[in-house]
Amino acid sequence: MYRYDEFDARFVAERVAQFRYQVERRLSGELTEDEFKPLRLMNGLYLQLHAYMLRIAVPYGTLAPKQLRMLAHIARKYDKGYGHFTTRQNIQFNWIKLVDVPDTLADLATVEMHAIQTSGNCIRNVTADHFAGAAEDEIEDPRILSEIVRQWSSLHPEFSFLPRKFKIAVSGSEHDRAAVKFHDVGIEIIRNDKGETGYRVYAGGGMGRTPYIGHVVGDFVAKKDILAFLEAVMRVYNQSGRRDNIYKARIKILVNALGADEMRRQVMREFEEIKASGTLDVPAEEVANIARYFAPPAFEASSDDVPEYDTARASNAAFRAWTETNISRHRAPGYAIATISLKPIGGVPGDATHEQLDALADLLDAYGMGELRVSHEQNLVLPHVRKKDLPAIFAKLEALGLATPNAGLVTDIIACPGLDYCDLANARSIPIAQRISERFADLDRQHNIGELKIKISGCINACGHHHAGHIGVLGVDKKGVEYYQLQLGGSGAEDASIGEILGPAFGEHEIVDAVEGVIDVYLERRESDERFLDTVRRLGIDPFKERAYAGWAFHI
Amino acid sequence: MAQTDQILTANRLRDGEVAYWAAGRWVAALDQAEVFQDDASAKAALKAADASVQDRTVVNPYLFDVRREAGVLRPVKEREIIRAAGPTVRLDLGKQSSEAFDVSL
Amino acid sequence: MALIKNGAFVEDHFQTVADDAALPENGTIVSLARFQTERESLLARNAPLGVRLQSSQSPEVLGDDVHRLSVIVLEFPKFRDGRAFSWARMLRTRLGFKGEIRATGPFLYDQLAFMARTGFDAFEVRESFTEAEFARAMGEMTYVYQPSADGRPTIRDLRARAHT
Repeated sequence: MYRYDEFDARFVAERVAQFRYQVERRLSGELTEDEFKPLRLMNGLYLQLHAYMLRIAVPYGTLAPKQLRMLAHIARKYDKGYGHFTTRQNIQFNWIKLVDVPDTLADLATVEMHAIQTSGNCIRNVTADHFAGAAEDEIEDPRILSEIVRQWSSLHPEFSFLPRKFKIAVSGSEHDRAAVKFHDVGIEIIRNDKGETGYRVYAGGGMGRTPYIGHVVGDFVAKKDILAFLEAVMRVYNQSGRRDNIYKARIKILVNALGADEMRRQVMREFEEIKASGTLDVPAEEVANIARYFAPPAFEASSDDVPEYDTARASNAAFRAWTETNISRHRAPGYAIATISLKPIGGVPGDATHEQLDALADLLDAYGMGELRVSHEQNLVLPHVRKKDLPAIFAKLEALGLATPNAGLVTDIIACPGLDYCDLANARSIPIAQRISERFADLDRQHNIGELKIKISGCINACGHHHAGHIGVLGVDKKGVEYYQLQLGGSGAEDASIGEILGPAFGEHEIVDAVEGVIDVYLERRESDERFLDTVRRLGIDPFKERAYAGWAFHI
Repeated sequence: MAQTDQILTANRLRDGEVAYWAAGRWVAALDQAEVFQDDASAKAALKAADASVQDRTVVNPYLFDVRREAGVLRPVKEREIIRAAGPTVRLDLGKQSSEAFDVSL
Repeated sequence: MALIKNGAFVEDHFQTVADDAALPENGTIVSLARFQTERESLLARNAPLGVRLQSSQSPEVLGDDVHRLSVIVLEFPKFRDGRAFSWARMLRTRLGFKGEIRATGPFLYDQLAFMARTGFDAFEVRESFTEAEFARAMGEMTYVYQPSADGRPTIRDLRARAHT
């Protein structure tokens, strides 16, 4: 993974000093809250319901053991012993004190971490495929480009006061595990017919009040041109994005107002000018320098036939169950990708205790693994595991409560913090996730249902990515009471689609039954090996709608 | 029908702790807050609270509705019920827990 | 209001006038609307001229006229409105403007470094502001990752030098 050089280190250290001065000025009254708010947001600090929340950047979801240990330390020293992994691969701490933040950031800087631009109207954490470097179908590790973009976007003088937030995601495989089409800018690494690697660039995707799928604005951007291209997109957005209405200020609104063709034309104009200047060319050597940091570990030459693994599967039912969902194929024979579920049945999705974080660091060290990943589905990933080590690793994960065998299943739910924590929320999301999880706890039942991505947001800001859920749930407030809107058929993969709302919202005591109802319809009506998503797409929402509202007094 | 009164709340600047106005000072517990039974006194308190913003004790003071039901004071909105107690999914955290509970701020 | 230019307080030799006001003898700043209406007569005057742009007004409309202007004032109606960063950068690069780019409005101390990088060289600040504060703002970050209108070497440039 990337390692700071003296320049990166000094940059982060000075940023900490800068924020320390900003906090001093706030506490002395020199800065009002209105003036301080954008400054603290650009250092990831929110004021939530109960306390401040600090969102720490985990660039493209990659964490080293020393960083896990530091996060555990921060949980203990400055917070209440746990952290929460988010849908943008970051980690959040919910009980932070403003006065502690400069010291927290200073501690983070010692392990090459920060909270720069994890909030605010600027370019946010660049997210990437959590299977980067390991997936069989990978064209190129998306983290190389992500790191280049991360640096270019850090304290960019022209783009730090955008109309609104800006999120970039990168996918390096045909199978999109980074949901690039739902980002303000999404980048797919592709090969042209000459076999050259380049980038397909989407713009104008987004969740929120008005979800959109991004339009292609760059069919094939050459590697050396990518920063010039991104700068062009940002410039068009900064100049022309709406500033009169925060609900219409994202780039998706601009792209849809201009139309994709006009957007491309404006971007190309800026792009040609920047390219002509040469100032943002990314030379091949620079890419190579960065790429070196992401070179995969030396894989032991091995057969993919690993007797210890097969034996353990045969003799340990729990291990076998876990391997059926939580193990993905690795490009290197004898290796596997392991998903660590942070969705224990009835638990809070995405949370990890300081003990678990420390133990995971120890686990990485014990098995010679240099990093783990955070997925945007709020799970963790061990990207390069020797299959022969899996049984022992599983045993350790079991002891830590981190071996729930539900990756991709109905109980692997994504939920935002919601009204339990968040100042923006209209309804609670975590209890709904917990109750759905408990309802479907039976593992045989989960396997019978198969792949099903449920995503829950507590408000229209859609941090739970409900628009991209096979089943999406949106919490709303109706006269102070929590209600839940149900939508079906969303997908964040390369087959991106926005879920369709079924009808009127359900009460908190009805929503789990409604979810169960639509799943029942799937089980009754599926054909061959259709997933839930496939059946919804084939049948449309009507049969599901009918079941969800069965028993309602009025005709829907 | 239960009467709707108001309480004034804010967050403490230094640590984000939820605070309630009680006759010119800030308290941590909802049941110690001053309850305004008329709009004029509520608005007057909101105005007086500006001094706490200026002296950097709190941020964003605002009024919210409460109702007395069977003798118990309860916020009308779920959000304020949660702010007063803590996350419903972690009963061991926040004001609802037996942790240190500043009586006065 | 005081004017700080290139890090030091200076006299403001310009007067900003309303669209219907008489023009002073010397340095004058007018709105874009007035400049477009009275362009010929304004440019014909033997006095330094400036144009003030609102945040929604792209300097592109000025075209080559920029070379006949001494100062261009860019407004920050709110500090959150970051369009002027792009306008300043456009003035320096696309339009090749070499005169004074002046910032006005409720921008923050914390934006000064970004403003200087994108091409601003003059700032209307509160009376109590100091040159020391300005210097501090400029010096908070030693290194920058990306190029901008100031041509300042980036971390990539420094890395390349370190390897030669």
